[in-house]
Amino acid sequence: MTPGQPVRFFQVGSFAAGNRLLAPEMRTVQSDATRANSLTSGHRACQGCGEALGARYVLDTAMRATGGRLIAVNATGCLEVFTTPYPETSWRVPWLHSLFANAASVATGVAATLDAQGRNEVRVLAQAGDGGTVDIGFAALSGLFERNDDVLYVCYDNQAYMNTGVQRSGATPPAARTATTEALGPEPGNPFGQGKNLPLIAMAHNIPYVATATVAELHDLEAKVLKAMTMHGARYLHVLVPCPLGWGSAPAATIELARLAKESGLFAVFEAERGEVTASSSIRHQVPVEAYLRPQSRYRHLFDDTGAVLRPDIVGRLQALADANIARFDLLKSAS
Amino acid sequence: MTLSQFQVRFHGRGGQGVVTAAELLSVAAFYEGRYSQAFPTFGSERAGAPVAAFCRIADRQIRTRSPVSRPDAVVVGDATLLHSGDLFAGLGTDGYVLVNTSGGIDRPALDRRLAELQTERIAALPATELALRHLGRPVPNAVLLGGLAALCDVVSLASVQRAIAERFTGPLGAANQAAAAEAYAMVAHPAELSGASPD
Amino acid sequence: MLRQIEGSQAVARVVAACRPQVVCAYPITPQTHIVEAIGAMVKSGELPGCRFINVESEFSALSVAIGASATGARAYTATASQGLLFMMEALYNAAGLGLPIVMTLANRAVGAPINIWNDHSDAMAARDAGWIQLFAESNQEAADLHAQAFRLAEEVSLPVMVCMDGFVLTHAVERVDVVTREQIDAFLPPYEPRQVLDPSAPVTIGAMVGPEAFEEVRYLDHARHLDALGSIEAIAEEFAEVVGRPCGGLLSPYRTQDAELIVVALGSVLGTIHEVVDEARDRGARVGALGITTFRPFPLDAVRDALGGDARLLVVEKAFSSGFGGVLSTDIAMAVEGAPSRISTVVGGLGGRAITETSLRRVIDDALEGRLERLEFLDLDRGAVEAELARMAANRRSGPVAENMLRSLSASARRTGGGRP
Repeated sequence: MTPGQPVRFFQVGSFAAGNRLLAPEMRTVQSDATRANSLTSGHRACQGCGEALGARYVLDTAMRATGGRLIAVNATGCLEVFTTPYPETSWRVPWLHSLFANAASVATGVAATLDAQGRNEVRVLAQAGDGGTVDIGFAALSGLFERNDDVLYVCYDNQAYMNTGVQRSGATPPAARTATTEALGPEPGNPFGQGKNLPLIAMAHNIPYVATATVAELHDLEAKVLKAMTMHGARYLHVLVPCPLGWGSAPAATIELARLAKESGLFAVFEAERGEVTASSSIRHQVPVEAYLRPQSRYRHLFDDTGAVLRPDIVGRLQALADANIARFDLLKSAS
Repeated sequence: MTLSQFQVRFHGRGGQGVVTAAELLSVAAFYEGRYSQAFPTFGSERAGAPVAAFCRIADRQIRTRSPVSRPDAVVVGDATLLHSGDLFAGLGTDGYVLVNTSGGIDRPALDRRLAELQTERIAALPATELALRHLGRPVPNAVLLGGLAALCDVVSLASVQRAIAERFTGPLGAANQAAAAEAYAMVAHPAELSGASPD
Repeated sequence: MLRQIEGSQAVARVVAACRPQVVCAYPITPQTHIVEAIGAMVKSGELPGCRFINVESEFSALSVAIGASATGARAYTATASQGLLFMMEALYNAAGLGLPIVMTLANRAVGAPINIWNDHSDAMAARDAGWIQLFAESNQEAADLHAQAFRLAEEVSLPVMVCMDGFVLTHAVERVDVVTREQIDAFLPPYEPRQVLDPSAPVTIGAMVGPEAFEEVRYLDHARHLDALGSIEAIAEEFAEVVGRPCGGLLSPYRTQDAELIVVALGSVLGTIHEVVDEARDRGARVGALGITTFRPFPLDAVRDALGGDARLLVVEKAFSSGFGGVLSTDIAMAVEGAPSRISTVVGGLGGRAITETSLRRVIDDALEGRLERLEFLDLDRGAVEAELARMAANRRSGPVAENMLRSLSASARRTGGGRP
């Protein structure tokens, strides 16, 4: 290796960074045999569940960051249901589920108590799906941001209400079929609205830290959790977690779809501090949005049986959204 | 003086402090070892809207919670209220009336019940003027209490002053006490009061 | 310490003396004075070790309290009316999780039509939420019940709602012996949670429960409520020993011995009722009163004992169930023998209309003479109601009822030249 030559640790094809190539201290938390296993095996998530992966990655990393001094608060949703069918639980952290809409506020109460009792070494993490975050829990979350309460709030975004049978949420992308936005009529699937970009809304609160990530890039996700846990105040992490059930994708395709969402530009992976974007993850190998849409049956109405584009108008509008993201977050800059 | 029960109804406008006046009257009575109860009628809190407040004073525990419908005294904090609504409803012929006005009170024209009152039981007091002079603000609550103490002797001026001092600290407290004292003197010695004849 | 003090301020002082660690606040009339006062005490340093959190809704206020309580804090909030309904989901949740949160409910009507004044429709809407509900008759009792509420909640691991009539008590200034911090310390031990979020001993709180165990979990909730009946009496007795005056408990009977008519009610109207009972007794009428201090859990046995014999029962309620009738009356009927023929319900005081001694006197006389219907509405303006019914019969688009009613009232006020002071 010559000096100045960029070093890239990933495998051709998957772009996954292999731990085997890294020094032990650079390896992921997940590769560590002594990880907390905060969300341990035996839970009842679907095969290929992106949220189960995301939660395990996030929680184990947060446990590493806090030396095991962590309390987790969970909104109602898939994650809550599949981890705690009474009398079993998959959680190996102190964990509280109250309601759908109040995870942020419950976490505020936990943080306030720890502060009042002088137990500030114990940290608080709240987690919810996209429905619990961008829709029903939005007011509570905005309150948490505005007060800058010492909570890391993690949204596992699978872009619809999967727990209740795939209904549209405020985070459902345009054209996606859900049970309440069927692929019928001249404008099939979810209408093209204005969008509800929670990371940008979080940034508008000027909170210390906002980041997005996907379950495809474990190093990146873990690094963001570790960074968030070095900070205090309200921090927001938005993780894209594909859902085979709701997206109509193969369980084995979860990681690949998360990667394609990023590589197409439809999902921007970035970090922001105090309201300003400080970093974004460049697209390594740009793909057209069709490459991301085609493997998902929620977009089946955009393609014919051979996979050819049936609705170039709609695909074009989706590509325009990706292009806008690319421009806004400078996603095609060369990786440094 | 023993009291079975003495009931006062205050009428004023939001911002004049009649709710505070009722409260301070109850505190003054409390200092004299009596049971007392003060409470307002309540609307949305809007400056200038008509407000009523009540105070009951007794020598035994006061249990009733209903608004004062048969007042022994009516205090009118704003003369513009005199022509709106039945301010003197339930007032007996042995009742007391104190009106905040810089003019006089045309009793029969205003309300036939006022005409039946004993002359020494009705007083006009330029309370807003006094408040402006002493406090620089048109908040006549303490002034009215000073006047009421002189008019009906249900509490002493000293107890009123003590309640005012507890409620308002510093220069505001001193100014309110001075204003209440002057109001007491004006009502206690109406002859010295020019231009505010009860009739 | 004896003070002439506003009810809200007295409650705030007692709550502060109980040393809560987390207090959440969202403004709604008429509970605001309480949390404002506590907030000031936190800010000034008078209440150290407490976090005062301004949230963005009542739903969040109780949610913050839920998180705090589950983490081992003594948690408190206050609300009223629409605020209580807005936190309804969290009410059930706090009770289901067994979290000993204490909340003041400054009782206020529930709209529409919007109304900021006192009645009990808010408390009745939350009747089945699993909270212990205590009703204060006076500001002395409101203040004292808060001290007992923390002790009770923590002893039985259930949330407690102290109901005090909005404005009538919250904004009334009267004599209250405010318990001191020293008295509280002698009475209220530090909070020892049954369950707590602790990294040293992780537990899962709020797991999903299916049909195989849900009924058992709910039954245990019921059992704890029944246990609470005993705790409430014991705590009231102990409190009386510490402060030297009786307060709280399950019921407050007044001159019920030998009574041929017993007036049953909740909250501050009992004071006015006692006045009228004394008058009636002076006239030789055998009338008594029974205050229900503990409404949930409902003390069926104690009520049966208190209302034994064959006295007629007049239940005065500041709430009712549309299309049915009294709410408290139904519970009373469950407790007594021969209920239907003994009980009359008088609904009154809705939306802040004063329940006057004159009106009470009249219904008591009617009840003694056996002239009351099973369900009556106190001081109901029949004319206004009939006029609106006629208007609705005549016109399909008769318009908003509330507005029509106000218009017809103001028209009749103009006709008679009268007005409300």
